[in-house]
Amino acid sequence: MTTQTSQPSAPHRKAGVTPLLKVSGARKYFPVTRGIIFQRRVGDVKAVDDVDLEVYPGETVGLVGETGCGKTTLARVITKLHETTAGKLEFDGEDYTRYSRRQMRPLRRQMQIIFQDPYASLNPRKTVGSIIGDPYRIHSVVPKDQIKTSVQGLMERVGLNPEHYNRYPHEFSGGQRQRVGVARALALTPRLIVCDEPVSALDVSIQAQILNLLEDLQREFNLTYLFIAHDLSVVRHVSDRIVVMYLGKVAEIAPQADLYRDPKHPYTGTLLSAVPIPDPDLARARQRIILQGDVPSPIDPPKGCRFHPRCPKAQFPICATEEPQLRELAPGHAAACHFPLTGPGDLVARPLPGAEAQGPG
Amino acid sequence: MTGRSRRDDTEDGQPLLEVRDLKVHFPTADGLVKAVDGVSFKIHRGETLGVVGESGSGKSVTFLTVMGLIGSRTARFEGEVIFKGRDLLKLPVEEMRHIRGKEMGMVFQDPMTSLHPMYRVGYQIAEAVLAHEATTKKAAWKLALNLLGKVGIPKPEEAARRYPHEFSGGMRQRAMIAMSLVLNPDLLIADEPTTALDVTVQAQILDLIDRLRTEFNAAVVIITHDLGVVAEHCDRIQVMYAGRIVETGMGRDLFYRGRHPYTWGLLQSIPRLDAGQSQRLLPIKGLPPSLIFVPPGCAFHPRCPYVMDVCRTEVPVLEPAGGPHMAACHLPMETQERIFAETVLQPT
Repeated sequence: MTTQTSQPSAPHRKAGVTPLLKVSGARKYFPVTRGIIFQRRVGDVKAVDDVDLEVYPGETVGLVGETGCGKTTLARVITKLHETTAGKLEFDGEDYTRYSRRQMRPLRRQMQIIFQDPYASLNPRKTVGSIIGDPYRIHSVVPKDQIKTSVQGLMERVGLNPEHYNRYPHEFSGGQRQRVGVARALALTPRLIVCDEPVSALDVSIQAQILNLLEDLQREFNLTYLFIAHDLSVVRHVSDRIVVMYLGKVAEIAPQADLYRDPKHPYTGTLLSAVPIPDPDLARARQRIILQGDVPSPIDPPKGCRFHPRCPKAQFPICATEEPQLRELAPGHAAACHFPLTGPGDLVARPLPGAEAQGPG
Repeated sequence: MTGRSRRDDTEDGQPLLEVRDLKVHFPTADGLVKAVDGVSFKIHRGETLGVVGESGSGKSVTFLTVMGLIGSRTARFEGEVIFKGRDLLKLPVEEMRHIRGKEMGMVFQDPMTSLHPMYRVGYQIAEAVLAHEATTKKAAWKLALNLLGKVGIPKPEEAARRYPHEFSGGMRQRAMIAMSLVLNPDLLIADEPTTALDVTVQAQILDLIDRLRTEFNAAVVIITHDLGVVAEHCDRIQVMYAGRIVETGMGRDLFYRGRHPYTWGLLQSIPRLDAGQSQRLLPIKGLPPSLIFVPPGCAFHPRCPYVMDVCRTEVPVLEPAGGPHMAACHLPMETQERIFAETVLQPT
């Protein structure tokens, strides 16, 4: 399907372009067991439940959602740090769903990940030089005697002082550590980098430095990003297209500008209205809709539309009985909702949770 | 709430809390860490003060000191912390213990580590009551249930019998707020209350704090690094950098007439949901300084794009800029106004 979106730079959805990454019907269930000696499987945490996703070369796809919506699990499924329960994963047309570790190796050169916590993702007992150089050693792409030069080149590129080659991670600040993580991911010149909340642990001024760095690197090395974050302003800033997840499923998928200007799924709408805006007058003037309650348990997700117990627009019985499928409502803009939003002001605030009646629905 | 009367001794226009030239220095093996270095401010009843700054700017240490949570063995204090007419820094530990929890409440960033994992939530709230007031266990428990309901926890009777791990992040933070408000404190200090939470839950919690502030006529301090949070929920804002206040004023003063280059830097480095087009961010270059070797002169000068010679030698003081608005910067006021209009308001 050939469609023109408002983002001229976005190279996606062109006829004949193979997606760099294609995820079809991906599921990841974690078994819940009971009993100490005889473990009975009593249910599943449906962390990722039937997700389709396409990432085209050169674009940045943002993945947003609340804690527990399955975005990190999806990242781990895509990078094969978790095995999929069901579904199909393709990288540049190559099905790697059931690849063994050995078979994955050549693919790992093309697909890297940057983790959220720069404190936990760097081995404290290794020098930074050795951490960044590991991909070279594992994949033996650079002769041994040239590793140090290459690593120092990388360090310089990501804004680290190459003289700090022999320092340990604890000698660096959070932002610098995240640069180490970026350098490590970049070492093998991958085509796709999965960024799992790369800036959420950082201070605002440092966060901006890392976001700009990722942007520059994308241009320089023609990278494709799958960018996961819970901060909607950050996601909007970096992404060409955005996928909103709720309880293991895709709620909405749209080009960046469309999603923020014209959200279709009530969940996206409420999520956007909850983001605090750093502008006192604007903040006071706009209408905010505050969702009630918490995200339900993914062990026993609500029947029908998973969002219906918290949805301000839910209509019964259909929303509680029938699961909405992703429907394309505008070019490139799809939402899984029976009653998609028709425009601003379509969302009506429900009373705040307070001492009064609780319990949605 | 219940029939407990409010202590009205600060209704005469006196600030509830006044901090005068507070310094908190930690002697360490590497040198003296000047975490807070000459901070003065006032908080009045009924207002919400937002304190913004990066990690290590001294924002948490300032308020931990106000709460008396920093031991005199680890730190050296200077200055005064006047709370309802008493200097808290001179108060004996025993007396401070009576104020903390009863007249001041605190909500911490991580509700999981600040609740005891092995006691029921209701018990932990009731315990706060029993520690400060001569009531029966039954009455304390009732009060706990009442508060849990007030902070929007469904079925308080059931929830009170649960353990913290059975609560979600948002519920735990609500329980923390219930605990800090159970004795009807005059001052609520919330240190990054929503940083660990999702936006939807964050909105719930902040609205709850707003609502309770009005209901309890308390003063609230929100310590955060999120400028969106301060813009939406705070009346007055103070920006801290390297242990000092660099700018303070009403919300609109800072967002529409900011005077300090550090404030500008913060405003320019955040991606904004309300921006028309996604522009390139303008991060503040460099890193926050070490608090042992604070740069001479203005501590921000090594990172400041508008640095002048005087900035390297002389420490700027907070200069009034109209009403409660004050900024500590050597740049002439006209220059500040020009730069703000050119770079922050209309970025090119």
